[in-house]
Amino acid sequence: METLANLALGFSVALSPYTLMLAVIGCFIGTIIGALPGLGPSNGVAILIPISFALGLDATAALVLMTAVYYGAMYGGRISSILLNIPGDEPALMTTLDGYPMAKRGEAGNALVLSGAASFVGAFLATIGLILLAPVLARVAFLFGPAEYFALYLLAFCTLGGMASNNQAKSAISACIGLGIAMIGVDSTSGLPRMTGGNLHLYDGVDFLVAIVGLFAIAELFFFIESHGKGSSIGVVLDKVTIPWKYIRQTVPTMLRASGVGFVAGVLPGAGASLGSFLAYMTEKSIAGEKGGFGTGVPKGVAAPEAGNNAAAGGALVPMLTLGVPGSGTTAVLLALLMTLNITPGPTLFRDNPDVVWGLIASLLIANVVLLIMNVPMVKIFVKILSVPAWILLPGVTMVSTTGIFALTGSYFDLLMLVGFGVLGYFLRKLDVPTVPVILGILLGGNMEDALRRAMTLSDGDPSYLFSSPIAIGLWIAAIAGFVAPMFLRGLLKKPQAVSD
Amino acid sequence: MASDRIFGLITLITAVAYIAAATQIQTNFFSGEYLPKLFPMLIGAVAAICSLVLIFKPDPDPDWPMARTWGNLLVAIVVLAIYSVLMTPLGFILPTAVAAAILSYQISPNAKQAVLAGIGLSLGLFAVFKFVLMLGNVVAYRIPTPAKLWDALTILIPFVGH
Repeated sequence: METLANLALGFSVALSPYTLMLAVIGCFIGTIIGALPGLGPSNGVAILIPISFALGLDATAALVLMTAVYYGAMYGGRISSILLNIPGDEPALMTTLDGYPMAKRGEAGNALVLSGAASFVGAFLATIGLILLAPVLARVAFLFGPAEYFALYLLAFCTLGGMASNNQAKSAISACIGLGIAMIGVDSTSGLPRMTGGNLHLYDGVDFLVAIVGLFAIAELFFFIESHGKGSSIGVVLDKVTIPWKYIRQTVPTMLRASGVGFVAGVLPGAGASLGSFLAYMTEKSIAGEKGGFGTGVPKGVAAPEAGNNAAAGGALVPMLTLGVPGSGTTAVLLALLMTLNITPGPTLFRDNPDVVWGLIASLLIANVVLLIMNVPMVKIFVKILSVPAWILLPGVTMVSTTGIFALTGSYFDLLMLVGFGVLGYFLRKLDVPTVPVILGILLGGNMEDALRRAMTLSDGDPSYLFSSPIAIGLWIAAIAGFVAPMFLRGLLKKPQAVSD
Repeated sequence: MASDRIFGLITLITAVAYIAAATQIQTNFFSGEYLPKLFPMLIGAVAAICSLVLIFKPDPDPDWPMARTWGNLLVAIVVLAIYSVLMTPLGFILPTAVAAAILSYQISPNAKQAVLAGIGLSLGLFAVFKFVLMLGNVVAYRIPTPAKLWDALTILIPFVGH
């Protein structure tokens, strides 16, 4: 009953005509961003945060707008996966495996609508899961002291490095880069500058928005310059779009199972949406067996990763909202949004700002419905947008990003840092070093250090305090296992390669 | 092989420098003697160990771009850096048009397309920012004195700028 009352509160916040309008605009923009090749959800939300902040929207309005963009981009990502065989972001890779063969067979419309329905089911079930699980976890989180929080942050970095990258050392270096950057600025207890090199511009620290936009958007520009915009032309034409009821009925059990798998993968801190879509696809593939024909363009192969991906995106919000530890790159960007709005995620959020949490959850449900309605009739418009050539798209994205940052801070120094982060992002991605740990490091570095310092102050400098409670020991074991286990499982868990023409 | 070794060496040197800088962090009565230094030193230590792993166990090299593409990338970086410092003295439209045109040319070398992209993007984005998003601090143009222009450009020159 309490849950229903909370939901009613959420809808009363999120269901005004103004916020509904923002949700529709956000879903539309988000789908476009997700559909454009090379611009995933993280990119899209990152570019829009400075702009929405500069607009001076209040917390609820900004949250509704950005979550609508986030979910819209998750929806839109499948359009370029299915039609062009180019995944808009990493989790969408699994959708190309069966979506593109289906489109080549002339069933592009069916694949798009089916994946839209699967996305809806996944996201809807995950939001329900979030509603049920988050308050419980928030109560558990009250038991966390500084030692437990320190172990939890460590767990997030370890699992993120373990699952998402091909080389543990590289992802650890990446996390260290982020954490090292987070240390720059005036120390909160002593009031003295650290690691600034005497540069006055750095006394405020490095704004994580500058880092996110640089690493994602500006680095993308360099990649397009390297490839000279090749590979962004239309692959498959789309003719009539109807609703394939037969396929949808057929794949209902698949969608339900995939949503469950995806949600669990999303809740694990640091694992995120890529793992969700991967596990959902592999589970369905092994259930269907050899006869299932996965990889040749079967409807189940389209429905499973899409449901899993969107369920994981919803599941990733659970640790983000209750513990302040994001589960994936995009939730890291959403965490950045909350921090920009001066909302600190964590167990106290549910107690002190119920209107924000439940307003966010209600806006997720609203965005989901809006997207489902928008997607079937408007998919042709989104497909048209795919044909925007790279030579106008990427300069445009770059200019929007720089102007957004400039409107926010008005400082040339931040723009120069933006270019610097773009160059850093290019080299890191070239060397197969994941960039998401850098973002997480900059976002969480301050909190992680605070936890460590409080633990050391409480225990008078005794390191064994960090392992003093069962929860902390459990988290340390999980962190070490999450970091080490993938080294041995790498042979077993080989990712399927994208289909080539 | 070589790429990862060079990357590992750079991160190792940075990590050691970071630890050295961490030992020099100023402290006072409120923060205690070692707490502000502890976490930065831990980060540096972890990064140094991982760099050593990378030097001794490197991955295969990625496909690096050809010399010409390096040129294109360098042009893009320089253009973006100059764009960053000229926004303040020159306003939005002129720097954006020039920068967008040059970036467009780096992606697809077609002069007519590039000029169109530059002019279209700068006017279009200005209209969106000014009239739709109401971001009044985006100024259309400013006419600077040569001294101010030179001041802005010197930011990019090491040891001369401020």
